[in-house]
Amino acid sequence: MPNSFQIVVCSSLVPDPLQTLEPVAGPALKNEMMLPAVLDPWAACSLYEAAALAAAHPGSKVYLVAMAPKAKLQQVMMTVAQKVPFELVALDGPLGGFTDAQSTAAALAEAIAAIPALDRSKLLLFGGWESASRGAGVTLQTAGELLGITEQFQGVDQLTVRDDGQLEVLERVEGGRHQVSLCQGAPAVFGWATGNLAEPRNSPQMGMANMRGITPALMKAKPVKLDANGLSYVSAAVPKQTRETRLVRDMPAEEIAREIVAWMAE
Amino acid sequence: MEKIFVLTHVDESGTALAKASLEAVSAAVELAKSFSAELTIGLLGADVAQAAAQLAGAAPKVLAVTGQAFAQPRYATDAAACEALVKAAAPTIVLAPSTARFARVMAGVAHRAGGAIDTHITAVSPSLEATRWFYRQRIEAVVKRERRPWFLLLDAGTHAAYSATGAAPAVEAVAVAAPASRTTVAGTRSPQQGEQTIRPNAKLLFVAGAGWTKKQSDGQVHAADAEKLILGFLHAADASLGSSKSLVDQSGENQATLKFMTHLNQIGQTGATPRHAKGLSTCCHGEEPHVVGWRFVNERRAINLDANCGWARGKADVVYLADAFQVMAKVNELLEK
Repeated sequence: MPNSFQIVVCSSLVPDPLQTLEPVAGPALKNEMMLPAVLDPWAACSLYEAAALAAAHPGSKVYLVAMAPKAKLQQVMMTVAQKVPFELVALDGPLGGFTDAQSTAAALAEAIAAIPALDRSKLLLFGGWESASRGAGVTLQTAGELLGITEQFQGVDQLTVRDDGQLEVLERVEGGRHQVSLCQGAPAVFGWATGNLAEPRNSPQMGMANMRGITPALMKAKPVKLDANGLSYVSAAVPKQTRETRLVRDMPAEEIAREIVAWMAE
Repeated sequence: MEKIFVLTHVDESGTALAKASLEAVSAAVELAKSFSAELTIGLLGADVAQAAAQLAGAAPKVLAVTGQAFAQPRYATDAAACEALVKAAAPTIVLAPSTARFARVMAGVAHRAGGAIDTHITAVSPSLEATRWFYRQRIEAVVKRERRPWFLLLDAGTHAAYSATGAAPAVEAVAVAAPASRTTVAGTRSPQQGEQTIRPNAKLLFVAGAGWTKKQSDGQVHAADAEKLILGFLHAADASLGSSKSLVDQSGENQATLKFMTHLNQIGQTGATPRHAKGLSTCCHGEEPHVVGWRFVNERRAINLDANCGWARGKADVVYLADAFQVMAKVNELLEK
C-alpha cells in the first residue's frame, strides 16, 4: 500500500512524577517496585503520534517494544491498552534510570530485529527523545545505528507525510525554533518531544481488544540482563533543595510590583 | 595516559563557534591541564577558517571536516564527520557541547567508535568523574566509566566560554566523503507568529500557569487581557517565557488559551530545564513535575492566590499571595516608566 508504515515505538516505564524518589545503594530507587509507574511521558507522546499516523495511513501497524519487570509492565499496560491500538513486544528487564543506555539500546534493537514479518523498508522507529528516568537521549540513536538506520531526528514535534511520500519533520533546536527537514520516506528514527496530540481518552473496548494480544506477549516476554558497559556510580543523592519561603500576605498590588521590579534590577 | 579530544561546530552564522562549543573547549583545556594530557580540538562546518581563530591558544592540534555537505545539521553527514574526526584524533576522552546539533548525533558516533557515552554532564572532575542528573533533575549522581573512548556531552551554561589568546591555530583537514543521505534540511521555523518568547540568555524566566486562562473574580475568563499583560512584561523585562504543562495542553483541548504559548515553552518533567538567574512564576501551582524544570533557576518568586501551593512549600524564596492580573499590570506600569 502506498505510504503505509511499520511503526515501532520504544518505551520504558518510569515512576509516576508525583512520587517522592529516594536513591538507595546500587544505585536504585527505594521501593522501586512499589512505586506507581507510568509509560515514559515522551515515549507516550510518540505512541499517540504513531497511532494517529497509522490511522491516517491504512495498512500501517504500531508495535510497542517495552522493557520493564514483567509484573510492572502488566500493571501499566492495563491503562496504556485503553489509549490506542498496538501490538506489544515485551522485554522482562530492569526498571530505572541507573542502567546503561547503550546496553538498553542493544536489547531493544535485538527485540525489534526479531519481530516476525517486520518490513524494515517501511520501518519508522519511534520513542521519546529522552526518558524521564535516565534522560540521556542515547537509547534511540544507538538502536537506530544497530538497525542500520542513518536518517535520524530528535526532539521531533511534528511529522507530516506528504502526498509524494516525503516526510516533513520538525525538530526542536535552540531558541524555541524548529529545524525543518525533508526525508525521502522510511526507514527513519524519530525521537519525539511532546508532539501536538492530547492524551487519548480511555476506551475500555480498545483495552479489551489490545489485552487479547498483550497477555500472551507478557507471558513470552524474554528475560533481559543489561551489561554495565563499564559504568559505575561514585554517588547518587537527592540534593537539599528546600528553601525558606517568605509568604507575603495582604500587601497591596502596587507595593508587590515595586518589590518585584527592585528584585529584577538587583 | 588519557588523550582528550573536544568536538565543536560552527554556529548558524557559519563564521563563529557556538557558545556551548567554547564552553566545552574551556572544560577540555582545564581537564587537560589537570593531568597534563594531550588535547586536540575537532571542528565541523562548511568553512571553519574564521571560527578557528576563536580557538587560538587552546590546543596544539586542530582537526576539521569542512565542505558544503557539512554546513547544515543532519544526522548522516554529522555522524560521518564526527566519526572521522574521532578516528583521526584517536582519543580516550571526548568532550562535546550538548547543542541540538551534537545531542542528536553523538550517541551514534560513540557507538561507531566502540565507546561509551554519558550526556547532560554538568561537571567533570580531575579524577575523571562526571556529574549528571537523573529522573529529570531530581537525583544528582557522579559516574565513572572504564570503557574508552568515553564521550561526555556537556550541558550549556556549566562552564565559562573559552577566550582566544594569540594567533589563530593551523587547521589540519580531515577528508570525509559525505555519505548518501535521504534527508535535506529546509531551514528553521519559529512556531510563534511574530513573537519570540523563548530567550535562553535572558536573566529572568517568567512562567505563566493555567490560572491566567481560568475564570477570574468576576466569573469571566480574561485570556486577551492575560496575553496583553504577559507580552507587555516580556517586552519590557526582556524575559524568557515558560509555562506549565496544563496551560500548553489547553490548546489541544479547545479551551481558552494564550496564542503565543506552545509546547516549546513548557518547563518541567516533559519540558525544558532552562538556566536563568531568576524566575517569576504566576498563576501556577508549583507541582513537582513542573518544578523539576526549575532546577537551574537560582532565585525564585511566585505570585499565587493559594497559600498552600507548591511554591509556598519550600520551592520558592518568596510567594506573594495576590492576584497576578493586578500585580503584573502594576509591574508593567513601573517598567514602562
